[in-house]
Amino acid sequence: MTPTLLGSKPTRFGFGDGLVDLGERHSNVVVLGGDITGSVMTSLFRDKFPDRFFSIGIAEQNATTIAAGLALSGKIPFFASYGAFCALRNADQLRISVAYNEANVKIGGGHAGISVGPDGATHQVLEEVAFLRTLPHMTMIVPADYEEARKATIAMGEMVGPAYIRFGRSPVPMFTTADTPFILGKANQITDGNDVAIIANGAMLWESVLAAEELGKKGIKARVINVHTVKPFDFETVTNAARECGCVVTAEEHQVHGGLGGAVAECCGKNAPVPIEFVGVKDSFGGSGEPEELMVKFGLTWREIYASALVAMERKEKGSTGIRAIKDVATYA
Amino acid sequence: MMDVETKRSLDFNTTTFTNERRAPEDFPPIANEIRRDIVRALVRAGSGHSGGPLGSADIFAVLYFGGYMRYRSDDMGWSGRDRFVLSAGHMVPVQYATMANAGMYPKSELATLRKYGTRLQGHPGRDMHLPGIETSSGSLGQGISIAIGMAMSDALLDKNDHRVFSLTGDGELQEGSVWEAAMAASHFKLDNFCWIIDNNDCQIDGRVPDVMNVYPIKDKCEAFGFDTIVVDGHDHADLQRGFDLFLANQANKTGRPTCIIARTYMGHGVSFMNDKFEWHGKPPTHDQAVAALEELSAHP
Repeated sequence: MTPTLLGSKPTRFGFGDGLVDLGERHSNVVVLGGDITGSVMTSLFRDKFPDRFFSIGIAEQNATTIAAGLALSGKIPFFASYGAFCALRNADQLRISVAYNEANVKIGGGHAGISVGPDGATHQVLEEVAFLRTLPHMTMIVPADYEEARKATIAMGEMVGPAYIRFGRSPVPMFTTADTPFILGKANQITDGNDVAIIANGAMLWESVLAAEELGKKGIKARVINVHTVKPFDFETVTNAARECGCVVTAEEHQVHGGLGGAVAECCGKNAPVPIEFVGVKDSFGGSGEPEELMVKFGLTWREIYASALVAMERKEKGSTGIRAIKDVATYA
Repeated sequence: MMDVETKRSLDFNTTTFTNERRAPEDFPPIANEIRRDIVRALVRAGSGHSGGPLGSADIFAVLYFGGYMRYRSDDMGWSGRDRFVLSAGHMVPVQYATMANAGMYPKSELATLRKYGTRLQGHPGRDMHLPGIETSSGSLGQGISIAIGMAMSDALLDKNDHRVFSLTGDGELQEGSVWEAAMAASHFKLDNFCWIIDNNDCQIDGRVPDVMNVYPIKDKCEAFGFDTIVVDGHDHADLQRGFDLFLANQANKTGRPTCIIARTYMGHGVSFMNDKFEWHGKPPTHDQAVAALEELSAHP
């Protein structure tokens, strides 16, 4: 049941299209621009609904907090910029004015991960999932492809409460369709298997599918799970996967600590302590280069997921819950 | 009129005041009752900020009881209300005392200030649903942006005539995002927005110009597009002049937001606190509270 590849498109296009759809459905949806509207695709909304679009300029702290004020007046404000600036530069505003206020503010964070490419480390945000999932009341979504990003954008606009969606710059494979279920907080199982669970989101989901295919050639059945909503986290689906597969690999285009991998480790530590291997950026900043080149350089391809699955399974088979000898202790790097 | 024993008492009374156009001489009894309630609340809390709240009591008396801000004290969810956002969240004892004197909730609840489970959090918390608290605040520089979001919603989207007020401190002007907010207020021509700066020259570490100079404040606000007026923040007629300017800007649709720079003394009304930055962040002891109430009861 490997999904079919349907071409490729950036997830930011899904955000832009979803926002226009939302604007048509709800007259109180408004959008704040942060000078990079074409890049994060809020320009589509701006051109369609100019009266409901406000340019705030290069002032992310103000834009976030103005959004909170609009939300407290009954509007559904979206503010989008690059994740480096609309998740971290404005972190205090997100914490107090948005999350603590339970203000119905929606943030779109673009240029996530190293697949941004040539812009380099300053613009390749790799830390925001870790921050956002610690904020009470916050919903945090990492869609895997265009269609999922479109659906997630509509879903976050129609739920009540603060929410953040993470999307990327470069095209990524499309494999979900209008018929694929999407429920906030509910992980989707992509492939069947009981040998190893591969838990991924964003651009790493398709890589996980490819890894599962390769594992299949060796007779290993991998269960790939799409945790598109990192918060609220689907403890049940992840716990079941860990229990039934006995070992887990996480894969994300983010630092290996604090993000999806951190959430899975917290869940398994409490509910099903099994060996876990983590694929992600290993405690370093990104850099300039072509997206494909960087994904290879930073170890974010199906090959690392494949190799990690074999390690996880070996640890499972050794028993003793896969505890490593001190001389073999693994670190982030 | 309250008798002197009631005024002097450490206990909360049940006096409330109405919100209407008033003569300047009507405000001192209101401002001083707000001050006394601040003292009564802080001495019970055993922590909190005395200086800013006492120093801004005259501003709050004119704003909440002079007919400038339209609200229904028994229905603070009324959709037609004007809004006030305290950007300098640490000054909230003055807002709590003012709201109680307006009858939004019982004055006796001021006794719970800063205590576990209270609706009167150390800094305003929207999660406590206290009528009249529009937003959480306390991380400086944010309230003014929230207020501008509200003013945009009123003027640009709902196109109603609601007014939005926000008060910042003067030390707060050191936060860069305040100026992002100021830029946006004039960019969006928010003549329904009134920014009040409590200009007492005091912050925790010392005098504002020594800690980090924010002057010239008036020139800055004017350069950012505000119709700016400097008033004596303890002279009620002068404060009324400031708020009247704001009402005129809105009524005449000038497209200019208004900034009222209210020159005040921290701790005003209690002589041993007056103009002393050491009183920024501490409450009175029992004896100091008794002395403060004594002094505040000698006035109207």
